[in-house]
Amino acid sequence: MRTPRTTIGRKLVTAMMLTSTAVLVLAGVVFVAHDFAISRRAMVQALVTRAHILAANSTAALAFQNPDDATQVLHALGTDPTMTAAALYDGQGQPFATYPASAKPGTVPARPMATGYRFERSRLAVSEPIVEEGRRLGTIYLESDLRVLDQRLKADAIVVLIAVFGSITLAFALASWLQRGIAHPILALAEVARTVSEGKDYSVRSRAVGDDEVGVLSEAFDQMLGEIQRRESEIRLLNADLERRVNERTAELEASNKELEAFSYSVSHDLRAPLRHIDGFVELLTKHAFASLDEKAQGHLTKISAAAKQMGALIDDLLAFSRVGRTEMRKTSVNLASMTADVIQELRDDAKGRLVEWKVEELPTVQGDPSMLRLVLVNLLANALKYSGPTKEARIEVGARAQNGEIVVSVRDNGVGFDPAYAHKLFGVFQRLHASKEFEGTGIGLANVRRIVNRHGGRTWAEGAIQQGATFYFSLPR
Amino acid sequence: MAMLKRILLAEDNENDLELTLTALAEHNLANEVVVVRDGAEAWDFLCHKGSFADRNGGNPAVVLLDLKMPKVDGLELLRRMREDSRFKAVPVVVLTSSREESDIVQSYRLGVNAFVVKPVAFDEFVGAVKNLGLFWAVLNEPPPDRLSASTPA
Repeated sequence: MRTPRTTIGRKLVTAMMLTSTAVLVLAGVVFVAHDFAISRRAMVQALVTRAHILAANSTAALAFQNPDDATQVLHALGTDPTMTAAALYDGQGQPFATYPASAKPGTVPARPMATGYRFERSRLAVSEPIVEEGRRLGTIYLESDLRVLDQRLKADAIVVLIAVFGSITLAFALASWLQRGIAHPILALAEVARTVSEGKDYSVRSRAVGDDEVGVLSEAFDQMLGEIQRRESEIRLLNADLERRVNERTAELEASNKELEAFSYSVSHDLRAPLRHIDGFVELLTKHAFASLDEKAQGHLTKISAAAKQMGALIDDLLAFSRVGRTEMRKTSVNLASMTADVIQELRDDAKGRLVEWKVEELPTVQGDPSMLRLVLVNLLANALKYSGPTKEARIEVGARAQNGEIVVSVRDNGVGFDPAYAHKLFGVFQRLHASKEFEGTGIGLANVRRIVNRHGGRTWAEGAIQQGATFYFSLPR
Repeated sequence: MAMLKRILLAEDNENDLELTLTALAEHNLANEVVVVRDGAEAWDFLCHKGSFADRNGGNPAVVLLDLKMPKVDGLELLRRMREDSRFKAVPVVVLTSSREESDIVQSYRLGVNAFVVKPVAFDEFVGAVKNLGLFWAVLNEPPPDRLSASTPA
């Protein structure tokens, strides 16, 4: 399980902090803007009021054309440092008095400004008419710097900043404390998941309680763990049981294999001995008393001897068959073409004086036990030769083809064939479809072929009809 | 024909014994055959013990050994002989009904000189016994007794 790059707690705190900071900053900005607008209005109001008062005080000076009095009136403005300039204009709009008294020309407008107020870059100017009993005596002009407004703005900013920082600190503390309630169950769940995935220990439980989705998740997770644990122990029990049964079976198999070996040993040694004795004593009897016996008794002696020899052959074949099943396979590459050529060469002696046409197609190299596969070829080719004996011109064909992931080898002859109704009996132990008088043999050859091919993971089958030859097939996995 | 040397035949089966002796007699090889009926008796013969305490002569030219015998079986006798410096060099031929690979392997591992499976057909059996007798009791030169005596147990 990978280690997380960040924690859910940190994420929660970050989210809360971002939200509260954004809200606080927005509130601060709104507050400052609102306060600024109010302050501006108040400042205009104050300046207009002052203009009205000054205007009222200077009506006499204007009416009597006394600029000194007017200058005196304006001079009172000196007590307020924010007042930067002021002027009185007469009825014709000519400057009458200024403040400061010795103001340079250009400090105040040469002509009266239109009634009202005007904010300029760093000052506020107000112009009001001076009216007495419906007669316009002149105009008053007042000019103040924006120091008050600036200070107000600065003070507001400081208040807002302090409030924001204070709130953020408080929000951080609160968020850090509150996130535990949310993050802890999740962390506990993550810890359990880690324990499970790393330690494969399904017995742990998150036991996290909660009325929210995390609680539901924990509960579901615990249920899941319980289910896994139950199934795991079930599987473990099944496995243990299976193992025990396999061991039992193996022991049984080993025991029966041992028994089989003891049996075949006993067959090999103990059954052969009496046969040898029968044959031996018959032979001795023949030697000493054959002449004194009548023809019938002589025939009996010959039959006893033949039967003993036949039984000896059967026992040898049975032993060979059992060996084919028990011997360890040593798989290697086997060149079927050269092996077939060898086997045919060996069989040529048996076919002496017969007209036999051997036709061998191209044969592949396969994987298998060479001595066993050789036994297969010997059996099939010798059978083909044997059962084509009565045919005048015997033809034996060996071929191979690849088919469905297998190599299928066929041995075809034009001999006596067999009744397909008994095809299933062909590969049985000691099963024969022909009288032993007709064709000698014990009936073990094809059983050996089937056993060997089966041990190689292949199949055996045959096609044929009476007097129309037979084709024997065996397949080997590629 | 060279002088016939002594053959020790260890065989418990009455019939086998008769047939073997008959086969040997047919070829005039039976006169110096000592018959013992199990491995223990064979061991007594080799060691001049028990009923063979007073016997003359040294080791046999060859021991023809059946494998399945009561008391001490053929393989056990073979093992004892090969572990004993007196009989280490004495030729031993296993003559048995068994064709079991494990018997053959075991016998050669213990140092047998030949392993012969008794054929079922009597004529073949006679041929085999004759060949054995001729080879080991006539043609083959056995190790001198000195070889054994010079390394006493």
